[in-house]
Amino acid sequence: MQKTSKALFGLATAFVMSSALPNLAKADELTLCWAAWDPANALVELSKDFTAKTGTQMMFEFVPWTSYADRFLNELNSHGKLCDLIIGDSQWIGGSAENGHYVKLNDFFDKEGIKMDDFVPATVVGYSEWPKNTPNYWALPAMGDVVGWTYRKDWFEKPELQKEFKEKYGHDLAAPKTYDELKQIAEFFQKRQIDGKTVYGASIYTERGSEGITMGVTNVLYDWGFQYENPQKPYDMEGFVNSADAVKGLEFYKSLYDCCTPPGSSNVYMVESADAFKSGQVAMQMNFAFTWPGLYKDEKVGGDRIGFFPNPAEKAHFAQLGGQGISVVSYSDKRDAALQYIKWFAQPDVQAKWWELGGFSCLNSVVNAPGFAKSQPYAQAFLDSMAIVKDFWAEPSYASLLQAMQKRVHNYVVAGNGTAQEALDGLVKDWSDVFKDDGKI
Amino acid sequence: MTISQSSIVEKAADATARATPSSVARRVRGLSDRAIAWLFIAPAITLLLAINIFPLLWAVYLSFTNYRANRPNAPVLGVGFGNYQRVLNDPDIWQAMQTTAHFVFWTIVLQTVIGFTLAYLIDRKFRGHAFWTTIILIPMMLSPAVVGNFWRFLYEPQIGLFAYAVSLVTGIPTSDIQMLGNVTLAPWAIIIVDTWMWTPYVMLICLAGLRSIPDYIYEAAEVDRASPWRQFWSITVPMALPFIMLAVLFRGIENFKMFDMVTLLTGGGPGSVTEVASITLKRAAFESWATGRASAFAIILFVAVFGLANIYVKALNKVKQR
Repeated sequence: MQKTSKALFGLATAFVMSSALPNLAKADELTLCWAAWDPANALVELSKDFTAKTGTQMMFEFVPWTSYADRFLNELNSHGKLCDLIIGDSQWIGGSAENGHYVKLNDFFDKEGIKMDDFVPATVVGYSEWPKNTPNYWALPAMGDVVGWTYRKDWFEKPELQKEFKEKYGHDLAAPKTYDELKQIAEFFQKRQIDGKTVYGASIYTERGSEGITMGVTNVLYDWGFQYENPQKPYDMEGFVNSADAVKGLEFYKSLYDCCTPPGSSNVYMVESADAFKSGQVAMQMNFAFTWPGLYKDEKVGGDRIGFFPNPAEKAHFAQLGGQGISVVSYSDKRDAALQYIKWFAQPDVQAKWWELGGFSCLNSVVNAPGFAKSQPYAQAFLDSMAIVKDFWAEPSYASLLQAMQKRVHNYVVAGNGTAQEALDGLVKDWSDVFKDDGKI
Repeated sequence: MTISQSSIVEKAADATARATPSSVARRVRGLSDRAIAWLFIAPAITLLLAINIFPLLWAVYLSFTNYRANRPNAPVLGVGFGNYQRVLNDPDIWQAMQTTAHFVFWTIVLQTVIGFTLAYLIDRKFRGHAFWTTIILIPMMLSPAVVGNFWRFLYEPQIGLFAYAVSLVTGIPTSDIQMLGNVTLAPWAIIIVDTWMWTPYVMLICLAGLRSIPDYIYEAAEVDRASPWRQFWSITVPMALPFIMLAVLFRGIENFKMFDMVTLLTGGGPGSVTEVASITLKRAAFESWATGRASAFAIILFVAVFGLANIYVKALNKVKQR
């Protein structure tokens, strides 16, 4: 009997220990959720300082871009406790704020003296605010990103090509400042033989499944005058989304796709575009700035061979915003520790190191520092690009709005169905339906 | 069972009986055979109800509401048949259904014809037939994710073998052979991949059918001097038909749900020419989070597949009874 009691006691103790020990260990852990990409690796490196300073172990849940939104929006919608901190996409901010997924950070910022004025204004609007342009903050700007361009500087500098280009177009072969120039360069390189290999003009976004073609098309449309809505009347889109200028912009994008992209470019997004550039297929490449450090380091196309330039201008001058803010998940049991991470991350010296490691800081003191523009070969292009950013809808129904645009635009640009006017008219109808469903119009 | 095995089982049963508390034993003794049978299958039925039936009923309930999974705090209101009406009046959904029907039709036709032909050839039992059977089965054993990526590279106009092979035969420049970016060719690109992957499956089922035909029937036909052609149409095809129909049923149901291959190869594009019903459904449910409407669409799809499959199974049973 005594033996049985001892055995039972032993078993019970073992059970209690086995279930309690992991909890004890987890009390000093924070899990940060983000996409699996180069900046995430830089963040792992950076976060070692946080662990050294506070003793809190940082765990990371990184998911490939293709399943990033599915995975983490599911996690948030199911009130999951996996993520204590999340670096969520800029478009999620509206839905995450309205559905209570993120902790509102205003009081915390006030208490800790974190000022939003210290960050690049466009990133505060893009990554932190909901409703937009109101002082309601749900995230700290974490990773500045924007669509820009890289080009084969070594090809551009070939004397024989410079000569031929100047004779043909009357100006130097250099990083384009307007879309006319960009198209001329793309046409010039299309199907040209360079170093015994056929090369092409430009790689642009055309991906259908997630958000690719929308990010590419808006990048161009903004410059022609496309606007999401009437500035005087919210959700009034007629004549703004489908204005004559917007139609011309969309026609230009299609003409660029038709004339100057490599064969098989019907489903291109970040990875495919970077691959086209890295494999020496294209003279120019549209891509988010986060790809630039990796491309600069590339043995075949990096170093002196690569150049960077911001989105060219047309009637206006804008670029599509990418990037994300860092938020505390409201379902986390470790809110205080998560807030401490944000406090630590907002410090100027940490932000400076973030930039050094390959992250893109949004802090004014980092990007406006005297040596910043020369700190990396792509720093100036990043600065110039961040000064002209504009973002897609951040409405709670952004996904429906995005799906409609993906479909309408891909149908016209890649599949060649209908006209640009029909595509944008259809988009106004789709978006109006979404806003009607939401009770906004 | 050997004597020693049976004595072990008896001993174990005896030990269990002795270890069972008398109160429990009394209750068990009072149970009928039927009750004991229910007791044994109860866990399986409970799991089935929890995993299959409950979600189905829950989806039916959600299809009559405005519920959105990403807005759990919003009030859930009944919308009657509003979701069904909206789904059935949505031209995009009809377009997706049409695309799905196109895929299902052509994949079934191609897979059945090629699969049966391969089975017929393999059934000849030529030298090395076992080796060739194994080779033919390889695509079926691969993961759809691997197959999707593999074929995406094959279809690449610049480096893909497919474009190179077509160019070699037709003389068309490889850069003009854009299988995944061309509105006309993209649906066929997916049909080709699905046929490549799943024809072996149809072949296996057909082979089982062909091997189930007794040799004496052919011997009797030969005695009657029936030509090989006549033997094929009067013996082989009718006797293998139930198996062929079974393969068509399985492939039809599977291809109606086709998702992974399309997502990997085209993402639904170019435009929407390859956007099948399952992709539309996934977008509505897990991207737009229109849970109620997506549930209505899922129920409509379920009823369509279930209804068609039922009609088909009845036809299959009639063929088997002939």
